Amino acid sequence: MENVYDLLVLGGGPAGLAAGMYGARARMNTAILEKGRPGGQAATTEDLENYPGFGRGTTGPGLTRAMADHAREFGAQFIADTIVSLDLKANPKKVVGRKGEYYGKAMVYALGAEPRMIKVPGEGKLRGKGVSYCATCDADLFEELDVVVVGSGDAAIEEAEYLSKFAENVTVIVIHEEGKVDANQVSFERALQNPKLKWVWNSTVKSINGEELVENVTLKNIKTGEETDYPTNGVFIFIGTQPITQILDGQVALNPYGYILTDEKMATSIEGVFAAGDVREKYLRQVVTAAADGAVAAVAAEKYVHETELWDREVLRAAKPVVVAYYNPTDMAGTEKVGIVDGFVRKNNDRLSLVKVDATRNELVERRYHIAVDNLPLVHLFVGGEIKASLEEVSEAGLRQMIDRVLG
Amino acid sequence: MIEVDKENFEQEVMQAGGVVMVDWWGPKCERCLELMPHVEELARKYQGKMKFCSVNTSGSRRLAISQKVLGLPAILFYRNGEKVDEISGQEIAPEDIEAKIKQYAD
Repeated sequence: MENVYDLLVLGGGPAGLAAGMYGARARMNTAILEKGRPGGQAATTEDLENYPGFGRGTTGPGLTRAMADHAREFGAQFIADTIVSLDLKANPKKVVGRKGEYYGKAMVYALGAEPRMIKVPGEGKLRGKGVSYCATCDADLFEELDVVVVGSGDAAIEEAEYLSKFAENVTVIVIHEEGKVDANQVSFERALQNPKLKWVWNSTVKSINGEELVENVTLKNIKTGEETDYPTNGVFIFIGTQPITQILDGQVALNPYGYILTDEKMATSIEGVFAAGDVREKYLRQVVTAAADGAVAAVAAEKYVHETELWDREVLRAAKPVVVAYYNPTDMAGTEKVGIVDGFVRKNNDRLSLVKVDATRNELVERRYHIAVDNLPLVHLFVGGEIKASLEEVSEAGLRQMIDRVLG
Repeated sequence: MIEVDKENFEQEVMQAGGVVMVDWWGPKCERCLELMPHVEELARKYQGKMKFCSVNTSGSRRLAISQKVLGLPAILFYRNGEKVDEISGQEIAPEDIEAKIKQYAD
């Protein structure tokens, strides 16, 4: 089988790049699959000044390029391909791309989010004709022209500032009443000082109008209901994002808005599949939290790969029937009983082998067999990869009885 | 690929006979820079089938607007001085460009 990786990271934004760097540094054979150039949404933000340690003057493309170099330096491979479909229940996890197929013993899904559309007439038709979702990409085309910015979150206010360096007039269309925005106060106060920015409050965009290029937008005042046509050459839309999860096709549990549900180890509802960055349900979507997610996901993925491989080799595909003893090392009385199991298996080592598992540290047994740490030790007898018997009260007589019953 | 700007656009694109593909890009457009090597490769692969030009919009902004280009990247196709097709937006892939080239190749 070709293209099998220990860790296959989907997406080359900050989350994916951090996961790739951590994975490769932990000596996992790691690949990052990205359809274009690494950087994700962060690469479409020019001014990026809130990544700790990288203040004023930092750019999105610059910071993410450094992240990509960092991952590459530790040995992560980059694959340029577009994902066509995924089979996450397969082992290893399978990704079908336009150019090839790729497999991961563990996967970090970090495909991020994309700009949300406002879904008004004219928006689709005039995309690239004045309607834009990326100030960095298109700002300099609007030199000496007028633009409106739709939205009032961090992205809207910060990108409005950026656009004011190029455009003649920048008008921010805000749905809230005067003086209220969703953005952070620092950015808002700075924007208020900017003489090139104008503000239209209590308003939404009803339609974007123009034949070949944007000519004006119809604004609706939500208080008075009044509609006015506002002349403009450009409409920059920053009303939030939506997760890129359609390709999962229902394989992973999502919240009602389509974001992936994870636990604090970034584990999704499918074993061995982790999610990181803007694509998962979380409180704060920033470059720094995306990178942090990536680190957690890679470390959890590494533990998953290690535990799974060990379990496969020592238990599921073992030549002889296996006695597995789960214990809690902080429980002395319970742990002593593992000695009984040890002695019993040694006497029967012609037909049995023993695997001792610290159940407080092994995530695989907790997830697959729901081993409760407050009721240990516990013994399972595995034959041919399946649990054939279990024993809660550990004694030599009990072990003998269990073995005789199952193996005869 | 021929670098075209506001000075020679008329001559190289509008007055040129046959099909001309024009790649509109800008130095701040990450997706454009990403596509560029692919576009150059396509220009080599389909050499002689049509003419391949590129415009850096940062120096030719009015030219871009005159051609109704207000979003990057944008790949426009002209035949005998008339715009016949275009693809634009962040999502365009090299495969999409190649499909259009095949459609208009002489």
